Amino acid sequence: MQKHLADARVNVELETEGMVLNIGPQHPATHGTLRVVVKLDGERVVSADPVIGYMHRGYEKLTEFRTYPQVTTLINRIDWLSSFANEVPFIHGAELLMGIEAPPRATYIRTVLTELSRIATFILFLGEMGVQVGALTPVFYGFRDREHVLNLIEAATGGRFHPNFNRIGGLKIDLPQGWIDDTRRVMAKVFKSVDDFEELLVGNEIFEVRTKGIGVIPSSVGAAYGVSGSNLRASGVDWDLRRDGPPYLAYRDLDWKVWTHPDGDSYSRYWVRMQETRESARMVLQMLDGLPSGPVMAKVPRIIKVPEGEVWVNTENPLGEMGYYLISKGATGPFRVKIRSASFSNVSILPWLLRGVYVPDIITILASLYFILGDIDR
Amino acid sequence: MTSLLPTHLPALLSLDLPWGLIVAIKTAVVLSIIPAGALILGYVFLLKMMSHMQSRLGPMDPGGFHGWFQLIGDGIKFIQKEDIVPAEADRRVFMAAPAVILISTFLIYLVIPAGPRLVVADLEVGIFYALAVSSLSVIGVLMAGWASANKYALMGALRAAAQLIAYELPLVLAVVGVVIQAGTMSLQGIVHFQANGEIFGFGGLGLPLILTQFVGFALFLIATQAELTQTPFDMPVAESELVAGYMVEYSGFRFLFFFMGEFGTAFAFAGIAATLFLGGWSIPGVEGTVADILGPMVLFTKIMVVAFLIFWVRFTYPRLREDQLQAIAWKYLIPISLLNILVTGIFKVVA
Repeated sequence: MQKHLADARVNVELETEGMVLNIGPQHPATHGTLRVVVKLDGERVVSADPVIGYMHRGYEKLTEFRTYPQVTTLINRIDWLSSFANEVPFIHGAELLMGIEAPPRATYIRTVLTELSRIATFILFLGEMGVQVGALTPVFYGFRDREHVLNLIEAATGGRFHPNFNRIGGLKIDLPQGWIDDTRRVMAKVFKSVDDFEELLVGNEIFEVRTKGIGVIPSSVGAAYGVSGSNLRASGVDWDLRRDGPPYLAYRDLDWKVWTHPDGDSYSRYWVRMQETRESARMVLQMLDGLPSGPVMAKVPRIIKVPEGEVWVNTENPLGEMGYYLISKGATGPFRVKIRSASFSNVSILPWLLRGVYVPDIITILASLYFILGDIDR
Repeated sequence: MTSLLPTHLPALLSLDLPWGLIVAIKTAVVLSIIPAGALILGYVFLLKMMSHMQSRLGPMDPGGFHGWFQLIGDGIKFIQKEDIVPAEADRRVFMAAPAVILISTFLIYLVIPAGPRLVVADLEVGIFYALAVSSLSVIGVLMAGWASANKYALMGALRAAAQLIAYELPLVLAVVGVVIQAGTMSLQGIVHFQANGEIFGFGGLGLPLILTQFVGFALFLIATQAELTQTPFDMPVAESELVAGYMVEYSGFRFLFFFMGEFGTAFAFAGIAATLFLGGWSIPGVEGTVADILGPMVLFTKIMVVAFLIFWVRFTYPRLREDQLQAIAWKYLIPISLLNILVTGIFKVVA
């Protein structure tokens, strides 16, 4: 990296005129409307500057004008690939303020659906990464296999992308009949699908030279920039809010492993997400075996008013740490909500990370950081 | 080219046709072969094979049975679209670039023989000529990239030019082994050499040069992949980074020209590979008019086999980086091809 930087500087001194290239807001690699302004010297990046805000929808402000049950409709759309996981921390925070606890069955189903949305998000990533480094085929497998998982989410919640299924104190309805058997079948498909991606890409020499050593995030730098989730675990930081954070959902009851990789490059980010997909599928199977019976809804008042107070809830979402700082003044809606979304912090490392790399590596790095535009701009 | 044609008149057809008519027929055949070849490859490999490999549903749907209407629908779509020239573009160069690429594809077909008499021009320097004119397409690519007044297009075009240096040498060197063994550069001569060859005294199959020049065949296919700007060497188009590289500003019929040029060149290169390494049109024991009738079919079958390999790789591998292609070409492909020439030369002298 240092060497590349020095080279780039020498070239500038030799009066090769730089070129400013706008990658985005309309560009296939930014899967959304991220704009990265890169200053190039030939094919080498001298400096890069991400410009965000093209997808700003003002959800933090909008929550102030909605009642608590209505807010889930909004926050569903922050990270639209794993909408269910977005609802969990907000609902959890409201429940903490109200002193309500969801019944065990509801907690388990929430955990299952959160892990399912993680699987759906990661399977798409596993394919998407292929197409960003030039292999066209995996992305189609990704979309195909994700569909099985989305069908499950749709069967349980009624929404493919935006379930809006969480209620303060539990869930809207119980699982449909036969859903558990279907889920077991789909989990078998998920294992097969991840194996396919491993065979297609991980052993491939071209994939390895394109990703190994590209976009290395040292653990200290990553932590300083607030990078979280799989991106940080790929840098060797053994930190997962499902295990290390304050207890939420049913993770404490499960037997599972946090995967890390020491290298911190694009390849290790791919590898970690691959392992986590498998781990999530294993967790889902465990939970299906031990699913408690009982109601899915606690006793809550007809009109929900959250008592005065403040709470900070952060959870391990598929893209990284997601947090809600919720302030209530005792009304039917929140007074103020601050949302900490994972992708916002994850892309903030881009100017540091993109210096000195080649143009094709920009795409590899953007793909391996795996952000969702809605999650950056909210 | 036209000045060479009359001397081959008697050889082409035993019928005594006027010279002008012969030229007209040849021109018509060559002109129709590019769209035909491009469409066949596009249909069989791009639409059907890729759909099966990638479990794509779209191209398998239109028209009912196996999505037969997809290609026609695509054609209609391209023709309907507006032919946009960017305001900043160098208009004339921008509009001429697709034609330059297509012409270079046309010129390759002139020397590929499809039967003992079915060849437009059996040049003495046939293979040399074919590789030379195929490089012309880079001029078209550079024209397109420069004239588009688009940074992505410019980068794509420059990558294509840089790529030329990397793959053209191994491409030529891979062929040299064949030329040494056959002792001629004429494609017709190479086919005859293979048809009359013997495998350890057994002449029933002829001697397809892939048996002795397998290294050359592999190198030729790898370099072809770069020549055709297909994955893993599709950096000039690289849709995930450069959007579509030098083609980014083209729309409608001109984009279709690029498309036809790409697949037409794939067809032509598969034809060259089939001719050089797989025996071309030749069927052992069949000669004369029968070979003229069966030859094109045999050649077509072999072209499809080679094209299958080319497209299989295209749909399987990720893309390399430009500097990595240079490294592969200079560190591996060129030394191996030089070694191949050396070994071939030794065998030629000793045997």
